[in-house]
Amino acid sequence: MFDLMSQWISAPICGLASPILPSVFANSCVRYFDGFWQTIILLILSVSAGFVLAMATALARLSQRKFLANVAAVYSYVFRGTPLLVQLFIAYYGIGSFGEEGLGSLLWLIFGNGWTVGLIILSLNTGAYSAEIIRGAVVNLPPGQMEAAKASGMSWLLAMYRIILPQAFRYCLPAYANEVVLLMKGSALVSTIAVMDLMGQTRTIYARSYQLEVYVNAAIMYLVIAGLITWLFRSLEKRLKVG
Amino acid sequence: MTITVENLSRNFRNFKAVDNVSLTAEKGELLALLGPSGSGKTTLLRLIAGLEQPDSGSVIFEGEDVTRLDVRHRQVGFVFQHYGLFRHMTVTENIAFGLRIKNRRERPSKSQISERVQELLHLVQLDRLGQRHPDQLSGGQKQRVALARALAVEPRILLLDEPFGALDAGVRKDLRRWLRRLHDDLQLTTIVVTHDQDEAMELADRVVVMNRAKIIQAATPAKIYDQPNDPFVFRFLGAGSAVPLLFNTLGHWRSPKMALGGEVMAMLDRSERARQAAEAGDQQLDLFVRSHQFEMMADSKGDWRIRFAALTGRSIRFEVQYIGNIGNIGSIASQEPPSLNPGAPTPDALTYEVDLSREEAEENGLSLGTRVTLTVKSGLLFPR
Repeated sequence: MFDLMSQWISAPICGLASPILPSVFANSCVRYFDGFWQTIILLILSVSAGFVLAMATALARLSQRKFLANVAAVYSYVFRGTPLLVQLFIAYYGIGSFGEEGLGSLLWLIFGNGWTVGLIILSLNTGAYSAEIIRGAVVNLPPGQMEAAKASGMSWLLAMYRIILPQAFRYCLPAYANEVVLLMKGSALVSTIAVMDLMGQTRTIYARSYQLEVYVNAAIMYLVIAGLITWLFRSLEKRLKVG
Repeated sequence: MTITVENLSRNFRNFKAVDNVSLTAEKGELLALLGPSGSGKTTLLRLIAGLEQPDSGSVIFEGEDVTRLDVRHRQVGFVFQHYGLFRHMTVTENIAFGLRIKNRRERPSKSQISERVQELLHLVQLDRLGQRHPDQLSGGQKQRVALARALAVEPRILLLDEPFGALDAGVRKDLRRWLRRLHDDLQLTTIVVTHDQDEAMELADRVVVMNRAKIIQAATPAKIYDQPNDPFVFRFLGAGSAVPLLFNTLGHWRSPKMALGGEVMAMLDRSERARQAAEAGDQQLDLFVRSHQFEMMADSKGDWRIRFAALTGRSIRFEVQYIGNIGNIGSIASQEPPSLNPGAPTPDALTYEVDLSREEAEENGLSLGTRVTLTVKSGLLFPR
């Protein structure tokens, strides 16, 4: 898929834009854009998976069932309490080191590949953080919403799903936007496990030219993504705002 | 539907919130639970709704024991003090919600739901505001939406927790009357929690006065006011105070500091309670007198002086202070207020509130600083 994107998106863009671009960028334009798309796709997938995970974890942490709440708390504690880099290394070099014979072909398909490991760890990581953001928003909702929901005939789960979480989600949007930006920056670390994301491509370009400008270009492209995320959440906030 | 509560108790750790309470609300009756904060009235309401579980006792709806039934199966309409509206939904969605989430067999069709919502919006006089969000409504409007939402699911009973507590005086009064009319139309058994005496008196068929986790008295507003069964009820409903009586050598209960009117003296002579107190050799008997049950006359030799006067609309509220002989405590013959005498009893113990009409006050030439005599026109005795 990335080959196709390179061929049909990155190459034409660079072909058109290279006359007006500074030489360092123009020379590696296609590589930069290949990395850019990988980072974007990695983000879209890990934010989506992480959000679902976060909702489930927040629900579990708030539930009356002690066992569920404890499992969720441990998960959240472990992934928020260890560096993302360590998590990536353990999954890729640790679990990956058992090889295809040790893991079986299905697991190997996942853990033998830097890209899938990166996706899974980023999702688990953002899931743990976002769960705390959502839980905080739920706890801070005005009291009585749950009681009002129950008095209207709803079960706990239905009330959570229809009443509590939708409101909590609106509350926590600004904090959540921040978490997505943090995840975007953290995603640069997947370049250490052989993923050719924006950072991975940048390092390759640098290794060939040793010009500091290479990193400045990468920084500018990361800023563009951050701007995109911020704009996206702003418009979401505006659309969901009540009153 | 009849609601019966039997020997209901609920503790929060060591605090008794509701202590062995029994009560019945008749079909179609509007009950007001009245009491100071912390008296257990809200907890009792929440126990009836099922939002709270009792430690012992039972809640019975029309003969059916619902004590262990979850709130969402009790079919109660509950209105919260702070409305508890779902803020991410419009008014219409709020009202329709209870109907939409019913399981398929009980759920009305879409058109039936929207018809019912329109009816309810009309009932609470918010026909045009269906598309607004709760944040765009005033307090009074929000509370009416909350009521419509509670009524949407066709509850068997309606429970309201300080429904008008967060609203200003004018709106409260309007909504109170409106709620009463609504109740008369719907004939739904209704219980309202309030700490506002006027609200309880005006709204309810029967007022249930609570204090310290117990019901003190449950009766019609008129009876609660005219025949309170306890000093607490007397004090809680309207201004008034206790006048201590002493047993004199002639065998009568009399006040050493003020005169008693003929009606009061006749009442004391007839009273079983006064006779028992005398036989028991009691030192003192308290006569409970409302502030409008005093008579006050200007008298330059009077034992009392007006030390405060405030207009409260049609009448004037006076505060009169005892300045005569400090009765049985000693004979400090002083013209000065006792508060200036070291060792004298606190002035508060010897002041009474007296309400007079403005005309009466003017006729008698009563104003700040005037010396007066006090006469008790009528009063009440309570069993010990």
